Amino acid sequence: MAKIESSLKNMILSLSLIGIIMTVLLAYVYTLTKEPIANSEKKKEIDAIKLVCPEFDNDPIASKQTIDGLDYFVLTKGTDTVGYAVKSFTDKGFSGVFTVMIGFYADGKLFDYSVLVHKETPGLGTKMLETKFKSQFKDLDLTDFNLKVKKDGGDVDAITAATITSRGFCDALQKAKDGIAKNFIAK
Amino acid sequence: MSQLKHFTNGILKENPTFVLVLGTCPALAVTTSAINGIGMGVATTFVLFFSNFLIALLKNVIPDKVRIAAFIVVIASFVTIVDLVMKAFVPGLYASLGIFIPLIVVNCIILGRAEAFAQKNTVPSAMLDGLGMGLGFTIAITLMGSIREILGNGSIFNYKFLGEDAQTILIFILPPGAFITYGYLIAIFNRLKSKYNF
Repeated sequence: MAKIESSLKNMILSLSLIGIIMTVLLAYVYTLTKEPIANSEKKKEIDAIKLVCPEFDNDPIASKQTIDGLDYFVLTKGTDTVGYAVKSFTDKGFSGVFTVMIGFYADGKLFDYSVLVHKETPGLGTKMLETKFKSQFKDLDLTDFNLKVKKDGGDVDAITAATITSRGFCDALQKAKDGIAKNFIAK
Repeated sequence: MSQLKHFTNGILKENPTFVLVLGTCPALAVTTSAINGIGMGVATTFVLFFSNFLIALLKNVIPDKVRIAAFIVVIASFVTIVDLVMKAFVPGLYASLGIFIPLIVVNCIILGRAEAFAQKNTVPSAMLDGLGMGLGFTIAITLMGSIREILGNGSIFNYKFLGEDAQTILIFILPPGAFITYGYLIAIFNRLKSKYNF
């Protein structure tokens, strides 16, 4: 059986048929995957927060507030506030914008951080993900800590050969620190 | 060709990556690790299999003049299905492969096999061809990904076998390394092909 001829009527009918079949298939898969997708997005954000914060038992997404472009999550255990998570960012990275999830204790001390999205150079800027750079920030009291790289007169040990990424990181951290101090920690 | 030959053809004799040199964009861009290679390979094989199947099934009701439009609708829909399913059930791999999942639509292997094979053959042959080509592609890019990951990152399937401070040959996980690895593999594969006649 040969192909049907390319008359206008046949072309319209054929493409319409294929369009309908594929649309039905797609609609079916969409409804199947809608809920798992929403859940996995939510889980991703909660996992990012869990990774960098002290233990909590509330739903951080429910406590989400967006102030001046940064997302803040209040973490509680029972009725006590145990810490805050801030989704901060900088546009001063070597390859542009990168976002960081930073966890704070309730008193404003830094707990830990996790870089969420970045395009920094592999082997150089990406060292900000590694223990060597990270360890200087764990449990850090930021009150008298100058969040600039040592080269700029600050207290941060920059990544060798990745000063710009290090500066960008300090910028993101500074934004979070200021935001927490201004909006959450009672003076 | 006996039925089994349709399947093995895509793995060795007409391997899409090393012999036909199709689908080079994902082969270069996505092979920064072995697991990315496998993930992309499986996603592409899924699309290849189903698009070959459907196009062979509908080949007699697709007029010649609109065949490319028809093929693209079919391929793009299956890619969207893969995209949704990966986003829902393997979000880590989905984030890792990023924009290259929707780019499967323009992977030359899929449109190429639709045009060169599926529209001219029976449904069972087309299904086997899809599987074979997909498997050949998966093996090829997993091999590339493994080499680049071992040399450039000191790990294989995310298992780091070097110490924390060990130096790796960084260029292999950057674009120039992709071309270098690909070039050598094409040369080696085709040399072996002519020597052992497969």
